[in-house]
Amino acid sequence: MPDISPAEIIRDGQRVPNRHILLGERDAVDIEIPDGPLIVPLALWQARQAELRGRADLGVWLDSDQPPAAIAADLEAFTVIAINFPVFTDGRGFSYARALRKRHHYKGELRAIGPFIRDQLFYMHRCGFNAYALATDDLDSALQSLEVFSDAYQASYDRAEPLFRRRG
Amino acid sequence: MYQYDAIDQRLIDERVAQFRDQTHRFLTGAITPEQFLPLRLQNGLYIQRLAPMLRIAIPYGTLSSRQLRKLAEISRLFDKGYGHFTTRQNMQLNWPQLEDVPDILAELASVEMHAIQTSGNCIRNTTADQFAGVAADELEDPRPWCEIIRQWSTFHPEFAFLPRKFKIAVCAARVDRAATSVHDIGVELVRNTAGELAFRILVGGGLGRTPQIGAEICSDLPPRHLLTYLEAILRVYNQHGRRDNKFKARIKILVKAMGVDDFRSAVEAEWADIKDSASTLTDAEIERMKAFFAPPPYASLDDAAAESALERTAQSQPRFARWLKHNVAAHKQPGYAIVTLSLKNTGHAPGDATAEQMEVAADLADRYGFGEIRTSHYQNLILPDIPKQDLYAVWQALEANGLATPNVGSLNDIICCPGGDYCSLANAKSIPVAEAIQRRFDNLDYLHDLGPIELNISGCMNACGHHHVGHIGILGVDKKGQEFYQFTLGGSQAMDASLGTILGPAIAQEDVPDVVEKLLDVYLEQRQDEETFLATFRRIGLEPFKERVYA
Repeated sequence: MPDISPAEIIRDGQRVPNRHILLGERDAVDIEIPDGPLIVPLALWQARQAELRGRADLGVWLDSDQPPAAIAADLEAFTVIAINFPVFTDGRGFSYARALRKRHHYKGELRAIGPFIRDQLFYMHRCGFNAYALATDDLDSALQSLEVFSDAYQASYDRAEPLFRRRG
Repeated sequence: MYQYDAIDQRLIDERVAQFRDQTHRFLTGAITPEQFLPLRLQNGLYIQRLAPMLRIAIPYGTLSSRQLRKLAEISRLFDKGYGHFTTRQNMQLNWPQLEDVPDILAELASVEMHAIQTSGNCIRNTTADQFAGVAADELEDPRPWCEIIRQWSTFHPEFAFLPRKFKIAVCAARVDRAATSVHDIGVELVRNTAGELAFRILVGGGLGRTPQIGAEICSDLPPRHLLTYLEAILRVYNQHGRRDNKFKARIKILVKAMGVDDFRSAVEAEWADIKDSASTLTDAEIERMKAFFAPPPYASLDDAAAESALERTAQSQPRFARWLKHNVAAHKQPGYAIVTLSLKNTGHAPGDATAEQMEVAADLADRYGFGEIRTSHYQNLILPDIPKQDLYAVWQALEANGLATPNVGSLNDIICCPGGDYCSLANAKSIPVAEAIQRRFDNLDYLHDLGPIELNISGCMNACGHHHVGHIGILGVDKKGQEFYQFTLGGSQAMDASLGTILGPAIAQEDVPDVVEKLLDVYLEQRQDEETFLATFRRIGLEPFKERVYA
């Protein structure tokens, strides 16, 4: 379960205050839904869509075994989609991010949550994440990890052309 | 061979800086050992039984003399003056210090080398035929395709945390010297019915505890689609491969669970998304890559004259004659030959080379060849372009440096993992077992009479020594704290790939040479004409061997 509603996150390469409360109980659907900007688990969204739809600043989070196809038809309902990394070595979220951006054309905030580490930020960014709720306070150091490489071989979300099409 | 441009160089320099910072953070406690683990593995660094082990990438087994000299220098400066060449064409240092690894990587980067993705649950070094580009039996050089795959897989953002490690091999010859059918993906260059070059793609081969021959999921892939198709396979695997049990996490398990047809459909569904995208290879890129591997400026040599001169020398020099027969292979260019340097000298761990031996190989490559050296998955070194007229001089130099043992392709050309002497995963030692076999069968006449036999030894079921595909395979197992060895017979990693059949109960270490001898006796008694060990086994089956060993 992610318990990640930190005071600050990284978004679009900057430290920003975290507005959202994240409801971390993955399967809890019979709960009182608080007011304000929320990120709800997929199960809650699916069970209580009628109630939730239309709320301003609503987010949903997916666990690593919940592929984004489950919300592909609802993307306009969310300002944030968060993808959980239950352990930092579970790499499914990288493919989910890519699918949300490239297959489902999601344009809003895509946030990584869970115990992932700053050394993964560069790859996450290339797959389509633009926000990171890190389990560390040292966000200034973490920001450096976003710029560890100056280029990359493959096409990706942030660069449509692979290097071989750009070499002089 | 491939030459880095400014961007390639900057990327590996940035990688060194990144790992220097990560190592520093680990040593100062800013990241935990668990967090550091995949970071160091993806830079080739294991923590082993006795010391860290660093696995240096040798992409598709091609090295320049300058790079090999650098490996020699590094092994002297940071290790004990030798390196171990592996079955995946890489080189391992067995005794580096953790603190030194960033400096070692910087040294490697100075000669366009690295240790990127040589371990960890990511796409590993792409391997190829060690005779690529010079083999008489190939369609075309597979290495431009290997380099295209290397660049695509290097720092691939989506596939750095796969369920498990992922290995790709490419071959383009009639004889599959790259063991493509036992890789996660085997890429085979073929000519389709229209006469055009195409790729045949195999998926889900592998050794380890669930050995499996790869299944064909595409028979005729147009070359420009190579990267998007590979990406689709990886995307299916990354999302659906098992992550709950590391022993069931390889793609072979997923392919088996889904069935080949469903797996193919899933790949094609992913592929539909990206086929013809910007990642589709351009003719310009394919040509650019091929230009790096264009044939060197061969001299026009009189092949017949060189052959008859060799024959005369061989008649008066029986040791040279043996070497010529076993360690020299046909080259596609008249007047040239491919020379294999045996790293299977009895008394030395199979695949080990000293810094001096590396330098000898580099010097010979410069003096007689075009400065290129290959490593093979048989754990030998290769000089790919030696004029036949220079073979005698090359042989003398190799002979003087313990690199001319005429045992290539023989029983004593053993493929062997580092085993329990070094590796913390191993259940049993493998190097002393290899040595005991080499000592027992040291009669060259006998060895050569046996013909080609592949004997492969792994110290545990992770199968780094490829025991399943040895004609004779030996697997170290632990029986209540004692080291025993289980034999398999009839494996093959050639085009007719097969997995060995278990002979029977495992046997004690001291009995291994006796058992090998009994197996060979059965073969020699039963073989017909020029039949190889493998052919005899396939004809007569396991029983005669089993009866003899367990009589």
